[in-house]
Amino acid sequence: MEPENGFIQEFKVKGGDFSKAGSISTEIKEILQEVGIDSSIIRRVAIASYEAEMNMVMYSRKGEVSFILDSVKILIKTSDEGPGIEDIDKAMQEGFSTATDEMREMGFGAGMGLPNIKKHSDEFKITSEIGKGTNLSITFYLEQQNKQ
Amino acid sequence: MNQYYHSIRIDEDKCDGRMKCMRICPTQAIRVRNGKAKIIEEKCIDCGECITACPNQAIIPQTDPFGELSRFKYTIAIPSPSLYAQFGREILPEKILAGLQSVGFNEAFDLALTCGEVSFAIQEYLRDYDGPKPLISNACPTVVRLIQVRYPGLIENLIPIDTPREISSRALKKQKSKEIGLDPKDIGTFYITPCPAKMISIKQPAEKGKSHLDGALSIADIYGPLLSAMEKMEKGNYRKSLESICILGIGWAISGGICQTLRIKNSLVTSGLSEILKVFDDIEKGKLRNIDFIEAYSCHQGCVGGSLTVENLYISYNKILKLINTLEFEKIKACPDIREVRKLYEQNYFFMNGKIESRPLKPLDDNIAIAIKKKKEKEALYESLPKIDCGVCGSPTCLAFAEDSVRGEVNITDCILRYPEKIKALTKNKSFTAFSSKRDKSTAAREADKKGRKHET
Repeated sequence: MEPENGFIQEFKVKGGDFSKAGSISTEIKEILQEVGIDSSIIRRVAIASYEAEMNMVMYSRKGEVSFILDSVKILIKTSDEGPGIEDIDKAMQEGFSTATDEMREMGFGAGMGLPNIKKHSDEFKITSEIGKGTNLSITFYLEQQNKQ
Repeated sequence: MNQYYHSIRIDEDKCDGRMKCMRICPTQAIRVRNGKAKIIEEKCIDCGECITACPNQAIIPQTDPFGELSRFKYTIAIPSPSLYAQFGREILPEKILAGLQSVGFNEAFDLALTCGEVSFAIQEYLRDYDGPKPLISNACPTVVRLIQVRYPGLIENLIPIDTPREISSRALKKQKSKEIGLDPKDIGTFYITPCPAKMISIKQPAEKGKSHLDGALSIADIYGPLLSAMEKMEKGNYRKSLESICILGIGWAISGGICQTLRIKNSLVTSGLSEILKVFDDIEKGKLRNIDFIEAYSCHQGCVGGSLTVENLYISYNKILKLINTLEFEKIKACPDIREVRKLYEQNYFFMNGKIESRPLKPLDDNIAIAIKKKKEKEALYESLPKIDCGVCGSPTCLAFAEDSVRGEVNITDCILRYPEKIKALTKNKSFTAFSSKRDKSTAAREADKKGRKHET
C-alpha cells in the first residue's frame, strides 16, 4: 500500500502537561474504531500509544506523535526533545525507572513503560541521543484481520 | 431492520423535531430527518436520557402494562431495591412487598436478599481472580451495552456473575412450581424496574441466552396504585420490619452500594454516562490495572436515578444511605449465610449461562482501504464545515454530519451555513412553519398587550 493512500495524523505533546496526557491515545483509538480495526488490535495500540505519550509528558520538554494507518499496518512514530536515555538495554528491563518520587506518587514510574510498548507491538524500534531526545517507531500489523 | 431490541420508541405523531433528544444523546444515536427524530439502532444503548429530555413525551419507554399479568396463573413481583427508596422513611420494604401483593401479584419477593448473596459471590470471584483488571459490574444493562458497542475490548472485564434479578427469578420459578404444582411456564416473574434498560436485558440479553424474567413493570406506573394500597394497610412494627432487611443487598439501589457494604478497598464507583466514558477510556489505556472492581451505573447516583423512578434521586439516594446506617447502628444483619453461598458458588449457581459478545459499530466501510479513504474524506469535509454544532441539519454535531455524509445518509447541501438557501426550504417544513407562525402570533399578542396596558395607565 502506497503511503499516500494511508491516513496520517500528527499530534503535539507538551512536556509536563499532565492534564491533557492520554488524549492522543484516546483519539487514535477512536480513529481505529471508525475504520473498523479489530478490537484486540485496538486494545494493544491504546496501551502502547498511551505509554509512549506518558513517557513524553513525563520526561521531555516537547514532542511529536505521528500516526499513520494504511490497509496493512498501523505505525506510530514519536520523537521528543528531552534528556535521552543513557542505557537503552537497561530501560527496556521491566521494573527499571528513572522516575522521580513525585511521578511515582502519581502512579507512574513503575518501570513498565518501554517494555510494555514492546510487548504490545509487532515491531518496536528505539533510538536515543543523550541531551537531545528519544525516537520510537511502533508498528502493528493488521494481517490476522485481513486474512478473514 | 430490527436486529436490536430497544426499550424506547419514538411516537412520530407526537415528535415535532425539536432536537432536544438528539443533543442530549450520549452516544449520538439520534438524528432528525424530515422533522422527525430517528434512532440509529446500532448506536443506541438504551440509557433513557432522551425520554426525560423530550418536551412532548414523544419518546416512550417500552415497559410492560399491568395486563401482562393475566397471561400467567401465578405472578411474582421482584422489585428493584430502588423501589424501597421511593416512599417516606416510615414505609419499609416489608410493607411495600405486602402492597405489591394487594395490587395484583400473587407474591412479592425481596430482591435485596439475593443481592446480598450475589455480593458474597462477587467477593468469592474477586478473591481468586487473576485475569485482566479491573472487573466491571454488570448490574446496569446500559453499561453492558456500552461495553459491547464502544469498548468491545473490555468485555472480558465484565464480571461473569449473573444479576440478582435473573438468579432470583430462576430460583423462584423452580421452587414455586414444586410448591404449588404449576408448570414453570405458568408462573410469571416481573421485575419492578427503575429504568427501561432492564427491558433490553429481558427481551434481548447481552449473553445471547434467554432471560428468566417474563417482563418488567415500571416504578412510575405502579407507584400510584401501590401508594393507595399501602395507605389502607396498618402500620407495622418499625424495629421488627427492619430485621428482615439485608444490608448488603439494599445497597444495590445506589452507586457505591456494593463496594461500600462489601468493603472492597481497591474499588471505584462511577455513575452518569459522561463520567463512565472517562473511566472506561482510562481502563483501555491500561491505567487502572491496580483497581480490582468497578461499579458503574448509567444513571446518576445509581438505580435510584433511573428515568422511571418517582422520587428525586438525591432524596432516594439519601434514604438508602440512612437505611444502611440505621441497620449498621442497630447491628441488624439479615444476610444470607456465607457458607451456603460458598456451597452454591462452587456449584456454579451464580454464573451467567452464555458469553457476552461484542457489538461493534459499523465501520465507515467493510474494506479497510475504502474505510481509510472515507475517513480522509470525512476529515476534509469537517474542515469545510462551520464547526458550531448548530444541529439544524439534523445531525448532532458537524463531525457527525461529516460522517453521515461520507456514509451517504445526508446531502452536504443540508448544512444551512454552507448553503443559506436551504433555510427557505426548511421554513416550508411543517414543524418550522408552525414555529414561525406561533412566534408571530405571540409577538403580536405581546404587542397588543403592551398597548392595552398603556391605555390603562
